[in-house]
Amino acid sequence: MKLTNSIGAFALAATLAMPAFAQDTKVIGVSIPAATHGWAGGMNFHAQQAVDRLEAVYPQLDFVLATASDPAKQVNDIEDMMATRNIDALVVLPFESEPLTSPVKAVADSGAWVTVVDRGLAIEGIEDLYVAGDNSGFGKVSGEYMVSAMPDGGKIVAFRGIPTSIDNERVAGFEAAIEGSGIEIIGMEHGNWNRDDSFVVMEDFLSKHEQIDAVWASDDDMAIGVLAAIEAAGRDDIKFVLGGAGMKEMIARTRDGDAMIPANVTYPPAMIATAIEMTAVGLTSTAPVSGTFVIGSVLITQDNAAEFYYPDSPF
Amino acid sequence: MAAADTNPKPTMRLDLKVLGPILALVVLVVIGAMMNGNFLSAGNITNVLSRSAFIGIIAVGMTFVITAGGLDLSVGSMAAFIAGLMILVMNGLLPVMGVGWPLVFVGMLTAIVAGTAAGFINGFLITNMRIEAFIVTLGTMGIYRSLVTWLADGGTLSLDFGMRAIIRPIYFDGILGISWPIIVFALVAILGEVVMRRGAFGRHAAAVGSNDQVARYSSVNVNRVRMMTYVGLGVLVGIATIMYVPRLGSASSSTGVLWELEAIAAVIIGGTMLKGGFGRVWGTVIGVLILSLIGNILNLTDGVSPYLNGAVQGVIIILAVILQRDKKAEG
Repeated sequence: MKLTNSIGAFALAATLAMPAFAQDTKVIGVSIPAATHGWAGGMNFHAQQAVDRLEAVYPQLDFVLATASDPAKQVNDIEDMMATRNIDALVVLPFESEPLTSPVKAVADSGAWVTVVDRGLAIEGIEDLYVAGDNSGFGKVSGEYMVSAMPDGGKIVAFRGIPTSIDNERVAGFEAAIEGSGIEIIGMEHGNWNRDDSFVVMEDFLSKHEQIDAVWASDDDMAIGVLAAIEAAGRDDIKFVLGGAGMKEMIARTRDGDAMIPANVTYPPAMIATAIEMTAVGLTSTAPVSGTFVIGSVLITQDNAAEFYYPDSPF
Repeated sequence: MAAADTNPKPTMRLDLKVLGPILALVVLVVIGAMMNGNFLSAGNITNVLSRSAFIGIIAVGMTFVITAGGLDLSVGSMAAFIAGLMILVMNGLLPVMGVGWPLVFVGMLTAIVAGTAAGFINGFLITNMRIEAFIVTLGTMGIYRSLVTWLADGGTLSLDFGMRAIIRPIYFDGILGISWPIIVFALVAILGEVVMRRGAFGRHAAAVGSNDQVARYSSVNVNRVRMMTYVGLGVLVGIATIMYVPRLGSASSSTGVLWELEAIAAVIIGGTMLKGGFGRVWGTVIGVLILSLIGNILNLTDGVSPYLNGAVQGVIIILAVILQRDKKAEG
């Protein structure tokens, strides 16, 4: 975590050292959380890929990429970009909404373009472009799949992530989608988007409940822990486990027809690439890109899994 | 020896200081049994004991470190780093050695060697460089956490699928229905208890933690004792990792997060003094069981909002320690 920081800082310093050759070179700052869990690792990968690709495509654009391990570091990164690189645009995936709001507002007030990704800021209307994941849609698509896979209803256990608004929106969307379908949530606990925590919680769910028809793990890391616990317990009452976010190993298992993992729901870490690309388009062309761009959560089944498999990504 | 006066003599008087943790454990077991019929089932007991083994094995080592007046914050990150290293070594040697037990033994050896080295580095910086244990291990905590994130490229290191099938029994199988992590945890705990109570090393560690000047005049090699507590802890972190990797066959930056605090909490709940000078290994084992039972009971019951799990845990930890507080004013 700290190492990626220093790479970020090094990149910052290296780009700082370069003299401004041409006056019309525009600088885009990209500030993202460090790769502290699987999804963030994938997001870092796609951010780096997008920056490399766009630097080749647009010679008139310079990129500064900084990764932060906590909100305070991210505030420092953004202030450094403002002070020393005079950025023309900022693409930011806020670590947390509240602490990042005023630093990002300062960037917007300076006249630079601001693109916010995934997590919104605490005050509306600061950003020029908001590239958002659809958390309640993520829950809704997951719930609808559950309903279609279990037309006669059944008993499920559900796993929640780290207690955040992201998690609340997903669960609310899920609960709304399964309402009245005969599917009953007999247990819901926080697995914290973590394999070990979810393994332990699933072990306890298996002790507690005689009959579980399916599991909404809501995340692929949690699904891996859940699957290991089911396998160890040797239980065959569970028909399937629905994860989410599209980890490549899980996509591969869906693609290969694993009956326990019949589907997945996307929450693509590559949305950071969308944001960087659209910002680059906005700076270099007359095409309008302001507004809100919601990246829908898509259901992946065996039929379309191959399209969502990125072999090079760490996630 | 300075430790002698802090070493309670076994008396017939029922002492809350000794009984506190046991009492807390019994109360938890009774509550659990009342809340859910499956609580005392063999399956649930195996689950709880197996998952306690990682923290438990580490906490036994931590008992010695704390008894000798030290502290190690790096064990959680160290476990994550060793797990990552073990997976990388096994994946790397797979084409050469093929799938099989020899490769598993290489993996185990890697974990033990890495654990020993990591413990030695902590011990060397603390004893020879004379840096505060808190600072040294805070530093190595960050270093190992970054290293595993870097090794995993921000994602997850996964053991080869074929190897996973071979290595899985280390966590899930055992002898006579008792799984290997439970057996290893029990052996480590018994060995630790014997060394602490009967061995010269246990007495020396307590002497160093109680007053290192007096220990030095009593011809105890203070630096060597301190060093050995950290090396011992490193070895135990390696052993814990050997138990951990077979479970899910993966390691990432979220592996072993906060294990150091759980281990330290278990040690203190068990009656070891945080300032050093007195250690109780069996108490540590009870402390570990208390911590995992709380999580288990909260998962098995419905009444408490999952948001409050941490609060329940905190209250029980504090209660367990209140039960055994020292009546005399602390000097």
